[in-house]
Amino acid sequence: MNLATFWFILIAILWSGYFVLEGFDFGVGILLPFLGHDDTERRVLVNTIGPVWDGNEVWLLTAGGATFAAFPLWYASLFSGFYLALLIILVALIVRGVCFEFRSKVDSPRWRANWDRAIFAGSALPALLWGVAFANIVRGVPLDAQHVYTGNLLTLLNWYGLLGGLVTLSLFTLHGAIFLGLRTTAELRQRAQRAAVRIALAAVPLAAVFLALTQVSHGKPATDVTAALAAVALIGAAAAALRGREGWAFAGTALTLMLAVATLFGDLWPNVLPSSTSAAYSLTVNNASSAHYTLVVMSWVAIIFTPVVLAYQGWTYWVFRKRLTSSDIVQPPTAGSQAAEPVGGRS
Amino acid sequence: MTVLELSRWQFGITTVYHFIFVPLTIGLSLVVACMQTAWFIKKDPAYLRMTKFFGRIFLINFAVGVVTGIVQEFQFGMNWSAYSEFVGNVFGAPLAMEALLAFFMESTFIGLWIFGWNKLSPRLHLATIWLAAIGTSLSAYFILAANSWMQHPVGYKVLPGTHKVVLTSIWALLTNSTALGAWPHVFFASLVVTGVVLIAVSAWHVARNNQLEVFRRALRVGLTLTLAAGIVTAVTGDIQARLMDSQQPMKMAAAEALYNTSDAASFSLFTIGSLNGSKELWSVRVPDLLSLIATMNPHGTVQGIDNVEAAYAKKYGPGQYKPIIPVTYWSFRLMVGFGLLCALLAALGLWLTRRRRIPRSRWFYRIALWGLALPYLATTTGWIFTEMGRQPWTVFGLLTTAQSVSKGVTASSVIISLTVFTLLYAGLAAIAGWLTVRHVKEGAPEEMQQPGAAEPLPVFQY
Repeated sequence: MNLATFWFILIAILWSGYFVLEGFDFGVGILLPFLGHDDTERRVLVNTIGPVWDGNEVWLLTAGGATFAAFPLWYASLFSGFYLALLIILVALIVRGVCFEFRSKVDSPRWRANWDRAIFAGSALPALLWGVAFANIVRGVPLDAQHVYTGNLLTLLNWYGLLGGLVTLSLFTLHGAIFLGLRTTAELRQRAQRAAVRIALAAVPLAAVFLALTQVSHGKPATDVTAALAAVALIGAAAAALRGREGWAFAGTALTLMLAVATLFGDLWPNVLPSSTSAAYSLTVNNASSAHYTLVVMSWVAIIFTPVVLAYQGWTYWVFRKRLTSSDIVQPPTAGSQAAEPVGGRS
Repeated sequence: MTVLELSRWQFGITTVYHFIFVPLTIGLSLVVACMQTAWFIKKDPAYLRMTKFFGRIFLINFAVGVVTGIVQEFQFGMNWSAYSEFVGNVFGAPLAMEALLAFFMESTFIGLWIFGWNKLSPRLHLATIWLAAIGTSLSAYFILAANSWMQHPVGYKVLPGTHKVVLTSIWALLTNSTALGAWPHVFFASLVVTGVVLIAVSAWHVARNNQLEVFRRALRVGLTLTLAAGIVTAVTGDIQARLMDSQQPMKMAAAEALYNTSDAASFSLFTIGSLNGSKELWSVRVPDLLSLIATMNPHGTVQGIDNVEAAYAKKYGPGQYKPIIPVTYWSFRLMVGFGLLCALLAALGLWLTRRRRIPRSRWFYRIALWGLALPYLATTTGWIFTEMGRQPWTVFGLLTTAQSVSKGVTASSVIISLTVFTLLYAGLAAIAGWLTVRHVKEGAPEEMQQPGAAEPLPVFQY
């Protein structure tokens, strides 16, 4: 295996990390208006991802940075080609990010309700568009001899791309519902469990059809295996969700997302961005990659520091492992009021 | 407008906007860490109130900085794909390192700090804000190393026969003299911004005799920080001027609108006239100062714009090699001037508050409040000078801005994104500003630290 392929695999790992982690963040954001019936419940839901969402989003920035450093041509063609789609994703991520930080800076349910609508939109749009983007990357996009994208936004919104979008949207929502089942109690937990089962009814067939279609046109023996395993993991997750086995269900959806990314990247290799205009114009692992020295430097950096990052991010999840309840939500002291009642300060 | 012009506007607006929030993130994370450390050691509740009060300002500011940072990383590929192809081998490395080493650290430990008030031991919780603060400064180093490579490329070679540069030494890139000069300048300028924010916010409360146990102390901290950091910023800026004179002589000449190479060059405080080298109506000049700044010698030779341009035409082929002179001339002066005013404000305040005095006159508080604009104007004009002064190059001597723009992106796409981003940024600024003002007016009441509770409440919860 050459270094370029090593970096191709590393970028696939970064994307699966991003989908597994921010996947449930998106899911929580999408489910917020449906599962949270009042202000306090919605606050519980948002606070389940409160400490971690920002760290989860850095997986995307790292995937972007790694692509820039290891495959400059891929980064250049993809980001300039998918310009308007990325604009929508960026706007959604910007709005969503400030929502989390701003929503409780004013203690008013109405203020929070407005931000929560924005969290829904800011989560649903990227959840859909990442799927559209990856389906199109695997399928190939019009690239000319200079690897410049010659299509537009509508080129990406073909039926296969939109199917891919529905797959990520439903998978992330399912993943988020199962995550909420793990992180809440009582009625919210039951609501999340019921939602997970219902979403699974849509996610399983969508993902199965998408993976089957993908394997028929772009498959290889190795990715047939990962695709099949992804389907098994998803069905297992749905079954576990039905029986209320939340831990197993979460492991199942996480595994599904990782195997799905492995399948798509496996189908893509040795291309990184196939050209639908002519196979000769495709960007490949070898013609898009950086020179040897850059890849060596970046490999050492990744090998040394990735375990450190994983360790402290993992530790964060350990610190915030307890389920949240409505009594955990502290009403902040309002301006002028004397010593607000300390509601449920947890130990 | 062409795709190039539109893309330049978008890059400029995004970068200037992003950098409104960055310096306070860098400086205030450190200051809040120091406040929390003071509370940890002295157990004085005033320090805890200070930590939480300024911590909230920090978080509102941090949120906007983070989200606009995503655009920063994506826009190289989106709008400057030719640049990305050309430099990715070199420029991508510090960007990827920034994400892996610094962004993860900042975001993870900020999350732990916000939500960890009664989950972590006080010692561990204190460590989280320090780690977040170190992460922000580390992030600044990597991105400045990347930017410095554009100003003064090192550790690379051009691959013959391709339109690409490749990295030959990551060590050279990370220890680029330009980066070693830029980081302290940006770091201490960030502390000046933070100091002035402390001054303005505290002065508002001190003027109203409000919560003096917190804000009188915070005011003194702000004043001391601004003056001390202001002096270091000036010194590091001076060191950068000499690096600039040897590495980018055009930028130095453009800073003064000096057209002809001269010994003992004077520095004009301001000029009325066209700045095109032809007619100058009136100017106030300090003799020998430009030579002194550029070469440390009052009779040193400073190259002129026309001379450098002629030399570049010979070296790089026919073309225009000078930036927009009025922009560089005025941004340089305004940067220095606004920076000096910050230090002056701090010196005045320190004098008025000497030996626990509380200034009586209203005008001091008025100046302190309006002074808030000064450091922001200084950092903004500073970046405009650095980036506009490098034009027409994106990578000095290797790639021009015109060669850098994306090939497949249409003008209508950039018009859409430019409009959307500008409106979004304006909206965010309005909301963040309103939230900050509202929070500042609430002050740091004692409720923020629960008396009788064993541990403080998690007031930062979403």
